[in-house]
Amino acid sequence: MDTNFVILTFASILAESAPLVFAVIGETLGEKSGVTNLSLDGTILLSAMIGFAVAFTTNNLYLAFLAAMLVGALVASIVAFSSIVLKLDQIAVGFVLTLLCGDLSTFFGNPFVRKPGPAVPHFAIPGLAEIPVVGKIFFDQNIVVYLSVLLIFAAWWWIYKTRPGLKLQGIGERPAAAFARGVNVNAQRFIYTLIGGALVGFGGATYSLFVKLGWSYHHTYGIGWIALAIVIFGGWHPIRGALGAYIFGGLQSVSSFAQSAFTDVPTQVFQTAPFALMIIALLFVSNEALDRFFSGSPVSRKIWNSLRGTPPGALSTVFEQE
Amino acid sequence: MRLELKHIHKHFGAVHANDDISIAVESGTIHGLLGENGAGKSTLMKILSGFIHRDAGEILLDGRAVAFKNPAEAIRAGVGMLHQDPLDFPPLTVLDNFLFGREDGFMQNRAGALADLQRFSRQFGFDLDPDALVSSLTVGERQQLEIMRLLSLGAKILIFDEPTTGISLPQKIKLFETLRLLAKQGMTIIFVTHKLQDAEDLCGKVTVLRLGKMTGQVTHPFTADQLVRLMFGQSLETRARASVALGEPILELRDICVADYRLRVPEINLQVRAGQVIGLAGIEGSGQRLLLRACAGLDQPVAGDIWISGARMNRQPYRDFLERGVAYLPAGRLEEGLVPGLNLTEHFILARRSREFFIDWRAAQDAAQSRIGEYSIRGVPASRVEALSGGNQQRALLALLQPNLNLILLEHPTRGLDIESTMWVWSQLLARRQRGAAIVFASADLDEIFEYSDRILVFSGGRVARALNAQETSVQQLGELIGGKGL
Repeated sequence: MDTNFVILTFASILAESAPLVFAVIGETLGEKSGVTNLSLDGTILLSAMIGFAVAFTTNNLYLAFLAAMLVGALVASIVAFSSIVLKLDQIAVGFVLTLLCGDLSTFFGNPFVRKPGPAVPHFAIPGLAEIPVVGKIFFDQNIVVYLSVLLIFAAWWWIYKTRPGLKLQGIGERPAAAFARGVNVNAQRFIYTLIGGALVGFGGATYSLFVKLGWSYHHTYGIGWIALAIVIFGGWHPIRGALGAYIFGGLQSVSSFAQSAFTDVPTQVFQTAPFALMIIALLFVSNEALDRFFSGSPVSRKIWNSLRGTPPGALSTVFEQE
Repeated sequence: MRLELKHIHKHFGAVHANDDISIAVESGTIHGLLGENGAGKSTLMKILSGFIHRDAGEILLDGRAVAFKNPAEAIRAGVGMLHQDPLDFPPLTVLDNFLFGREDGFMQNRAGALADLQRFSRQFGFDLDPDALVSSLTVGERQQLEIMRLLSLGAKILIFDEPTTGISLPQKIKLFETLRLLAKQGMTIIFVTHKLQDAEDLCGKVTVLRLGKMTGQVTHPFTADQLVRLMFGQSLETRARASVALGEPILELRDICVADYRLRVPEINLQVRAGQVIGLAGIEGSGQRLLLRACAGLDQPVAGDIWISGARMNRQPYRDFLERGVAYLPAGRLEEGLVPGLNLTEHFILARRSREFFIDWRAAQDAAQSRIGEYSIRGVPASRVEALSGGNQQRALLALLQPNLNLILLEHPTRGLDIESTMWVWSQLLARRQRGAAIVFASADLDEIFEYSDRILVFSGGRVARALNAQETSVQQLGELIGGKGL
């Protein structure tokens, strides 16, 4: 295997995992605040479809991404409103929205099926792209990929370095204690759920306008569930979550190489294999297993401690003031 | 800061939780607020600290009337509350917790917070690792963190809600020392408790509440008897212990070693005969729970033999323990003992272990009603267990025990209960003992250990002392053993 091939593989994993990164970070933010938006699979389908439809009709990519974010935020606002104001069960509402949005994407997306449309243009960053190896992987991509990488670190910085980020952790862990310290828990939860939904919507449009161009029936089916699983795998930590997204992207690349190598095996095997492998990975990569793995040296211990994550204590619960 | 509460009223539905309560507290003093469960202490303190709103009345700070919309406003005005279960964030670090709620800029001012934290730590002699997770701290240490946090936010009036529940003896001594120091610095301290001894030791003045009303106010010096009369309307007497003829050995532990991931307690030897009461003393988490669970058949001991009524019970299923008349009442009444969501009738049906497929609901309801009367549970057959108070949950758990038990294992049997419920629980247990049951209980309350145990097993720092005869042991001795001296 020559180096160039390896570099290109890593570059393609970084690019093709971008939508998943948006979705994972978006959902991580929402869940950190205590609200589970289970509708991800439907939201991604609908926003991918709307994003493509807007780009197709207006030929304006900015409008397309904006529309997709609005769709994501709108669906998230239903989850937020029903759980925060109406105090309904988040899981039930999210599940119904998954089905509804999926069907809506099929219904409204019909006129756009298999139409060629615009795509996010390639944009190598002048200068940086020429750096050997690193330049090819990180700086010879497009704006959306750069944004996905920036988002990971921005989310990390926000949650762990800023005061509003500490409040975000607090409202998800123990809303009563956050309230006692002057945080408007429900307003904050609403905002984070909306932002999270908008990011998921952005991820949806990233599929239809870049990674998997165009629109077809159930275009991104299953990705939302994987994103939800990766949030758990990532221990509600943006960097670990992003790593999970890249591992899934890597599995997808491996299986697409394998597909060309083993032509007599049905292609469906390779398309579904990453999902199955991801589930197996989730089974084995628990906090305890990683605890043992990383406890060897002080350095690895330190790295692990900074990435360690547990579910927010008040995840999927309703906060009511006494 | 001088605090005055004037004619405070609060209703919850039909319940008059605070009925015309007036208290004045001078700065630099510790004021006790005493009363049994449901007396209205917590309601009053939640009103003062902004968690709930009063229906009528006035709160004056240094003569100025205030009305807090929420706890954050109260703390800005200088009123901070330490909750019985510290209202902090266990998965975050000590420093994160200390930072949270301080408003000084967009970025977390970690250096500034750390300096503050260290300054307060030095002042009070606290020793908390700023990077430790709060979940790894004891309740006592979490209280220390909360004290420092509230002070750093400028609290002048500190409310302590039952702070001595769930902390060890050395921590309690440290807490009292801190409270006296705070008072000396001019803080106004309100100490909410249902423990007479704590009020006597600490408070210059005590206000007693009963069923939402103020029954009296006493100034130091006062006697426990005075307080009891104000709390209950009459003076309760502890009954002399009836002597019980000891029977067959029920439980025998031979070189038992119990362990979990962080603690290992080797070489426990004990023989318990029918009619005996054994108290397990020591700082919480020293292995008492491990031993109780091993005796109940819920966990396997690492080494050694457990014999129950002459049969070796190692690795026997839990069911066999039940059949030999062993019962275990855990400290987590709602979490481990009862089934939240089910009502009393349903609990009694489940406990009956009958093979009938259909349930005769009417008969079950009648049976539940009579059991509720018999065990004086404040509730109806359709009451869900989570709606009951702690005392009534414990009564329900006792009512659920099978009639003929040989060995009753209890963890903190009266924790959080008022004196009346406590005495009732023990009267039930002692009646069981008269009928030939052996009792092994763990408690953090030394008075309880002394009052009811025949023999005492002290757990300390991964070791167990030889069983002591309760009659021949002094508090001093026991305290030293718990502290690890002479083991």
